[in-house]
Amino acid sequence: MIIDLERFITKEQPYWNELQSILDLLDRRTGHVLDLTAVKRFDYLYHRTASDLARISTFSAEPAIRRYLENLVARAYAEVHGARRKEKRFSFPVWAFQTFPITFRRHLRAFNMTVIVTLVGCAFGALVVATDAPAKGVILPFDHLLGSPSDRVADEESATEDRMAGNRSMFSAQLMANNIRVSINAMAFGLTWGIGTLILLFYNGIILGAVILDYVWAGESVFLVGWLLPHGSIEIPAILLGGQAGLVLAHALIGFGSELSLRERMRQVSPDLVTLIAGVALMLVWAGIIESFFSQYHEPFLPYSLKITFGAVELLLLTAFLARSGRKHEMGPKETAGVVHST
Amino acid sequence: MITDLRRRVVIETPEGVSFSIYLAGPFTRFLAWLVDCLLVLAASWFVFKLALQSVFLFGNLGFAFLALFYFASGFLYRIVMEWRFHGQTLGKRLLRLRVIDSGGLRLHFSQIVIRNLLRVLDAMPFFYLVGGLTMLFTKWHQRLGDIAGNCVVTYLPEDGTPDFAQVLPGKYNSFRDYPHLEGRLRQQVSPQEADLLVQALLRREPLDANERVQLYRELADHFREKSSFPETATAGITDEQYLRNVVDTVFRGRR
Repeated sequence: MIIDLERFITKEQPYWNELQSILDLLDRRTGHVLDLTAVKRFDYLYHRTASDLARISTFSAEPAIRRYLENLVARAYAEVHGARRKEKRFSFPVWAFQTFPITFRRHLRAFNMTVIVTLVGCAFGALVVATDAPAKGVILPFDHLLGSPSDRVADEESATEDRMAGNRSMFSAQLMANNIRVSINAMAFGLTWGIGTLILLFYNGIILGAVILDYVWAGESVFLVGWLLPHGSIEIPAILLGGQAGLVLAHALIGFGSELSLRERMRQVSPDLVTLIAGVALMLVWAGIIESFFSQYHEPFLPYSLKITFGAVELLLLTAFLARSGRKHEMGPKETAGVVHST
Repeated sequence: MITDLRRRVVIETPEGVSFSIYLAGPFTRFLAWLVDCLLVLAASWFVFKLALQSVFLFGNLGFAFLALFYFASGFLYRIVMEWRFHGQTLGKRLLRLRVIDSGGLRLHFSQIVIRNLLRVLDAMPFFYLVGGLTMLFTKWHQRLGDIAGNCVVTYLPEDGTPDFAQVLPGKYNSFRDYPHLEGRLRQQVSPQEADLLVQALLRREPLDANERVQLYRELADHFREKSSFPETATAGITDEQYLRNVVDTVFRGRR
């Protein structure tokens, strides 16, 4: 049976046009909120157009009109069913002091795993340098770390001019970009079922372990701590958090012990991943500034005691922040999971 | 009947109505990506020139900003555009593509961020090889970032409403004087033939004038064989008007 197309179109077209104009308005104005009367009308128009689509799909195979109605219904469906439960204006303080640390604690097991893998990497790197010193050239990617630590310390401490002069901002920007890229990689490699993330963390651990042992054996522990702690106290945890995001992604991908579908699991973790990686980016901006403007200056220009104290205070504050901040607002796992049920 | 070879996702609403979303293929997506890359490159060139100028004012800070801009532009451009313009960058808009939630729902900010950050994996080892291969082998043409972000890239239909006037009778239909012959015609015209006829009329404008005349003549001859309207109903009307009368007769149906 073929429906009376003329009568059908003449009768229904005004409703389709009205629905389209509301959808166009919502498209043009992001965040525009309809009042109650407009919402009721919109709902009516959506249902009426959906019903028209059902009729035209059943009784006629007219493709242009069917595609047009499908497009209208698809857009209206996304607005009607995809609406968030409660639109909240983004507040940076709330995000920084509640959402971020709470999200970190929610996935503490993944973070602990990143710490363990990095520590194992450190031990391995230290063992390699201890047993096979020439292997340092293979492990360490930076030229300035390949020489003797004592020579470098002597060179740094005898410097009479500011070697970073004119380059601090550029160096800082490069550090930020590079470290953020590494952290994003650590998260993205979660899609390799976490294997890539674990390899990246292990490799970072190897480099760190090799450098630490090299400087400690050379009797330059104070220089090492004074050099690494001011920026490393933020940079290393930030990369671990990037790895944490990668393991959270891997867990969602594998779905071990979960009855949810892959799509639902991904939907569940994506806000947490964004929170973690945004937090990491902020931490690395700070670490980049400190590394460029503070860490690269040594005695006699800057006393090591000051640098070590500064780094230790940073580490304590970061630990306290991640462990305690936002505790009052912490909710149970169900409320914080952020699941959006599609239908 | 026109067969659509594009892949599509069929979504059934809680109201029991199904609709299709047509998926964008790898080639169209590549073109959109290329357009966006060119735009980012152009913007980078502009910022580079600005940085050169700013060296006199801000010293090294201008280049520091440039380094950060180069790093962030690839991610931020797409994230901001897709969030602000409901799943569309300029390249996607040009090629009529849109990122949507794989369930047909509205995109959330986190989905946009995830799909764009995971480009680093899709771009490996070079020139989006991983992402391209994943797109070819996944049911919904998704790259890894789309899978993690729970979204698909869709092809948008033409803007605006179809030209209803092309299928609605504008002139007097001489067939209406012979309701019993109209009834016979309705019985003999299959839905596929009716579709073909409507499509031919809907696409009137894009057709070349000579080809249109030829096509309408062949179609009119075909439908003349199915009907037996007397000369008084068909005399003096063009092939096109004949076809419009057939559409009116078939789709008007029984009142």
